[in-house]
Amino acid sequence: MEPNDVIKAQLMDAQDLERTLNRMARQIVEMFNLDESRASSFALIGMQSRGVHIAARIRQIILDVDGIDVPLGILDATMYRDDFRLRFKQPVVRETKIDFDIDGRDIVLVDDVLFTGRTTRAGLDALTDLGRPASVHFLVLIDRGLRELPIKADFVGKRVPTLPGEEVRVRLSEMDDKEGIWLVERPFNANNERS
Amino acid sequence: MNTGLDHRHLLGLSDYSAREINLILETARRFRDILNRPIKKVPTLRGITVVNLFFESSTRTRISFELAEKRLSADTVNFSASGSSVSKGESLKDTAQNIEAMKIDMVVVRHESPGAPHFLTQCVDAVVINAGDGAHEHPTQALLDMLTISDRFDSLSGLNVSIVGDILHSRVARSNIHGLLTMGANVTICGPQSLLPVHLEKMPRAGSLRITNRLEEALEGCDVAMALRIQLERQGRSLFPSMREYHEQFGIQMHHLDRYKDLIVMHPGPVNRGVELASEVVDHERAVILNQVTNGVAVRMSVLYLLSGQSSPE
Repeated sequence: MEPNDVIKAQLMDAQDLERTLNRMARQIVEMFNLDESRASSFALIGMQSRGVHIAARIRQIILDVDGIDVPLGILDATMYRDDFRLRFKQPVVRETKIDFDIDGRDIVLVDDVLFTGRTTRAGLDALTDLGRPASVHFLVLIDRGLRELPIKADFVGKRVPTLPGEEVRVRLSEMDDKEGIWLVERPFNANNERS
Repeated sequence: MNTGLDHRHLLGLSDYSAREINLILETARRFRDILNRPIKKVPTLRGITVVNLFFESSTRTRISFELAEKRLSADTVNFSASGSSVSKGESLKDTAQNIEAMKIDMVVVRHESPGAPHFLTQCVDAVVINAGDGAHEHPTQALLDMLTISDRFDSLSGLNVSIVGDILHSRVARSNIHGLLTMGANVTICGPQSLLPVHLEKMPRAGSLRITNRLEEALEGCDVAMALRIQLERQGRSLFPSMREYHEQFGIQMHHLDRYKDLIVMHPGPVNRGVELASEVVDHERAVILNQVTNGVAVRMSVLYLLSGQSSPE
């Protein structure tokens, strides 16, 4: 958790997370009729930073259960954000690593939380600059509502209606010291900004 | 935790920390990836206006900045001293304030007077990036040099870098010395006595600094040799006997590359073939001069991006 977070509820524990990822992997295999031959016209692309680990876990499940090795890419949409003028310090630009041609592929874009839809919009723009996929579908672990753009997810781990003052914290063992998803509240700081 | 730069402007590397330099280099690597894509443009700086204020002639630095700005979708305005109001006698301050009245967010400035960029920060609100001021600093050149070196070596710390040539008049040398020492490299400066600084500031930095008049001494155990341009146009005052003699004593030649098998050669350009570097050395695979040029665009994109956040009021 971040400093000052007040935990309101745990949304998923490690076991829930595993079950949800397994279910979403099944949905993907079914929806795209994935088999060895289809794998070359399909790809999972994880959005920095936690979407990358979620996409990697789903890829591993599909490899273990179905024996299909699907390509995996990493996308950073920082350069495409629209809140540029609202920030004082620039966010860190992280790596984009997509070692395959995305033209003509069915892409599943993966992120941890869907909130306003602005990050997704930035991700779609970033993807468009890299090529022209046959289709883009969107997978999130948590859809917390409060959209500001007309964007929806195709694969949703859990829908959780939230309030503007709340935050969803996804914690993954690959990069955090715990595993699970929590709903927290953040107090306002002196500048009337969420800290 | 602070993840951005601690500075609002880039006037020089003398007060930039190792953390900040690392951030600029790491961000530059991300931007370099864009330059290898079919669509070499991102919308990051849309709506930001940058003026390139060049009071001194420059080709590659100005083009490099302009490309970096365009790759980031910033709007750019070019201003060069010749054919402008400066030739009508307008002062730097008036020029700057007029430009600011046109609502400019960032100014990239090159000027023949050391301190001109610093002076600008006091008369305009825009973010100022130094593109070379007299013999003071040329920070983006040193940053692109450090990016080029770090492409070849795991770490700048502990590397032996020799800077050869006209150290006294060189803003490139000065920025590199500051930056490399901060990053923990050991720097040797080498040149004719008349082109070396009379005294060296003692700077508490991670790396060490030494001076020599002998090229062999500078190249022995050296990982990277940076040759500086002899400014032929300044040779009215003769600081050394002849170009030929300079090349004999301080020019990097093929026999040096044969003798020092791992030596990498750099040059900020434009090269005087047969003076600072033998012509075959310029074309050698261990000369990374063109990598420096590519890295220049990436480093300038990184600096523009990281500083542009500081242009909006807190």
